[in-house]
Amino acid sequence: MLLATTDLMNVVDWSRAQFAMTAIYHWLFVPLTLGLGFICAIMETLYYRSGDPFWKRTVKFWMRIFGINFAIGVATGIILEFEFGTNWSNYSHFVGDIFGAPLAIEGIMAFFMESTFIAIMFFGWNKVSKGFHLASTWLTAIGANLSALWILVANAWMQYPVGMTFNPETARNEMTSFWEVLFSPVAMNKFFHTVTSGYVLAAIVVIGISAWFLLKKREERMAQKSMVVASVFGGVSLLLLLWTGDGSAKIIAKVQPMKLASMEALYDGKTGAGLSVIGVLKSEPQRTQENDIFHFNLEVPKMLSWLSFGDGNAYVPGINDLLNGNPDQGILSTEEKMRRGRIAIETLAEYRDARQSGDSTRMASTLLKFNPETPEGQAFLNDYFKYFGYGYFSSPTEVVPPVPLIFYSFRVMVGLGVYFLLLFILVLYLAKKQKLGTYPWLNRVMLWSIPLAYLCSVSGWIVAEFGRQPWTIQDLLPTVAAVSRVDSTSVMVTFFIFVALFTTLLIAELKIMTKQIQIGPHDEQ
Amino acid sequence: MDTYMILQHYWWLIISLLGALLVFLLFVQGGQGLLYTIGRTEAQRNMIVNSLGRKWEFTFTTLVTFGGAFFASFPLFYSTSFGGAFYVWMLILLVFVIQAVAYEFRRKPHNFLGEKTYNAFLIVNGVAGTFLLGAAVATLFTGAPFTVDRMNLTHYDGWSTISQWSTPWRGLDALTDYRNWALGFSLLFLSRVLGLEYFLNNIDDAEITARSRRHLWYNAIPFVICFLVFVISLLCSPGYAVDQNTGIISIENYKYLHNFIALPLVAILFLLGVVSVLWSIWIGARHGSRRAIWFGGAGTVAAVLALLLTAGYNDTAYYPSLTDLQSSLTIYNSSSSEFTLRVMSFVSILIPFVVAYIWYAWRAMNRKRITPSEMEQEDHLY
Repeated sequence: MLLATTDLMNVVDWSRAQFAMTAIYHWLFVPLTLGLGFICAIMETLYYRSGDPFWKRTVKFWMRIFGINFAIGVATGIILEFEFGTNWSNYSHFVGDIFGAPLAIEGIMAFFMESTFIAIMFFGWNKVSKGFHLASTWLTAIGANLSALWILVANAWMQYPVGMTFNPETARNEMTSFWEVLFSPVAMNKFFHTVTSGYVLAAIVVIGISAWFLLKKREERMAQKSMVVASVFGGVSLLLLLWTGDGSAKIIAKVQPMKLASMEALYDGKTGAGLSVIGVLKSEPQRTQENDIFHFNLEVPKMLSWLSFGDGNAYVPGINDLLNGNPDQGILSTEEKMRRGRIAIETLAEYRDARQSGDSTRMASTLLKFNPETPEGQAFLNDYFKYFGYGYFSSPTEVVPPVPLIFYSFRVMVGLGVYFLLLFILVLYLAKKQKLGTYPWLNRVMLWSIPLAYLCSVSGWIVAEFGRQPWTIQDLLPTVAAVSRVDSTSVMVTFFIFVALFTTLLIAELKIMTKQIQIGPHDEQ
Repeated sequence: MDTYMILQHYWWLIISLLGALLVFLLFVQGGQGLLYTIGRTEAQRNMIVNSLGRKWEFTFTTLVTFGGAFFASFPLFYSTSFGGAFYVWMLILLVFVIQAVAYEFRRKPHNFLGEKTYNAFLIVNGVAGTFLLGAAVATLFTGAPFTVDRMNLTHYDGWSTISQWSTPWRGLDALTDYRNWALGFSLLFLSRVLGLEYFLNNIDDAEITARSRRHLWYNAIPFVICFLVFVISLLCSPGYAVDQNTGIISIENYKYLHNFIALPLVAILFLLGVVSVLWSIWIGARHGSRRAIWFGGAGTVAAVLALLLTAGYNDTAYYPSLTDLQSSLTIYNSSSSEFTLRVMSFVSILIPFVVAYIWYAWRAMNRKRITPSEMEQEDHLY
């Protein structure tokens, strides 16, 4: 039993590693697809309206980059969908009734749109009319973004499960309102925040590649025009990104307070909490045992309270409050939540026993507790079932995610976001003054901003997903209860196989991409 | 039959239809496996890859949608089979991952691995992908060693996994049953037959046409043999029957034969499908007909749809457990809730619309066959 339980933790770790690795690889390619699709569509619209072959040549170049990136995005995407089953079998049972629907809709609505029209986008220039081709390019971009909608709705549900009720008969959550799932504030915010982050990344990539052409004094017209399109598109997207980022903070404060406290390394809750602009954390024992958090910290007073609750004097709970409880603020301790979670799990076991022994009276009385339409059910669901997942922990500290990783990632994300906004404004200013390309150093800065865009994007993903730890579904199912019963060696083997494969494909992609950029746009035959 | 049951049957129909369309679209994989057999020169291989390359995403998307729809409508299958037959599904994923980049990367300069490696990716996907999918689907009839206990969720101090595999082979155990091999090879050779019929339709090259006709025979014969072995053994095999009212599962001799008798429309669909595939082989191999793929495709969809319907309809367990009879999955005990099935049924109304635009786009692109001269003029090539 001891050995089996030890392996359980290994399996959880390796399964998490496998999912994180495949998701990060996938997320390296998806943002560019999301944004470059629209940039291509905008450029083709300019061609359609002006009839100027310059735009056709330009858009075909960017489409070539889109195609190379798209292929590897598809390759890394398929594995994620199936990993829900292979590595997280309990999870896929526990939430399949809700999570499956967005995935199925994604396939039916979005993937087919994307895959049908991408063929026309690439091969249809001489086969279909100009209008049909333009529509196909737009539909490819829309299809890609619709795919993002459905998968992010599913992801949002994991962060904030709504629109469902637990059915003890099937031991799973069942959907009661599709609209609540689709239009949950987390889902809408997450969708817009994520896709606009993709648009910003794509804009930076287009600007960076264009800057390379300017440095080489090649294709200068294409480079300058592309920069302008990308800056306008990227700038508008960034404003939306900031707006939805602000919305995210407010929602996280409400539904995932531990994530917010980790983003800020806020150990003791405060009224009028300040926002750390930049800081260096001390070691874990110092932070947790001596309550000595920062080597250095630059803070804006009251900003965290204001950003989280729209009130500079609001109380923001810290990690210690969430761990040890804070009766003044009505916060339960994690230990208490674990106790209540176990009662919820044991009530389910009681139902199992009653069913096995054919005791219909006890079955009926237990069922009442899970019925949200009875007062008894409402009380049980709110006081006990709400903490169901806590019952699987053996120690309260398991609920704390990796604070330094989340703290620094958040700062990298926000800092780079601000830098990109300045860059877009600068490009548009220089374009207006007709001075784009006159400062080689600036072109180098733009070129080297490309890896920064990827760093920013992955950092955002780390904040969202590591911040969710240790939950697969917030408060209801921790990773330890979600994992498939596979031995850790098997997961380890597949982890290394896919690391090797994806790394090889990434190298291939980068080499092909850089070569294609060097080749530049093709001349029309 | 109450509304919930109707919805469960409706979604099994949708899953079966998606599975049937997927098998038809595996002509892409079949064609890939014949890359060097049919394409003797580089120019011919390029025509083959570009012909298939404009269709590969449909197959891939159908596979992903099949998975997504299965997850949505029968989540317990998803968690049981995927989490249990871990090695098999991981292998299937691996051979599809390498396909996805192969088309786009193979002839691009500085592609790191070289054209031959990407061609090898296409061949591995074409051969292993189809065989493994066939063997995996066969377990819907032949069963797998697993147990399901939802109440394992109450074990908060150790493994709480609901669906557990009973052997350490994690799906590779399917290889001990000859019927799984038979369906695996049936699918492999059927996909090659369809791939060759697609070449006849889509590539305008005398040598490729002649070679495709010859190889149609070579692949049709093993297909027919393997398929007959599978079908005859299936009709003679016992199956798992479920009592609609109690949910109790019991073994019934000749279950699948009984299903065909109880569902005459399904039986007719199956026979029509098989005849249509055989007819397509005849007109393709004998006359080089461009229409062979349409008969082959329609026949494949009909026959596979009928087979999958017999797996789940007429109160049959569609995923028999070889370890614990009562753990077997049926469309009743493994489906999503009535509410979810109902919501998704509204979404499924979109399917004809999706099929219509795919059809329209496909026609627009396939008006002309692929020719060597097109390969020289086109600037986006695989």
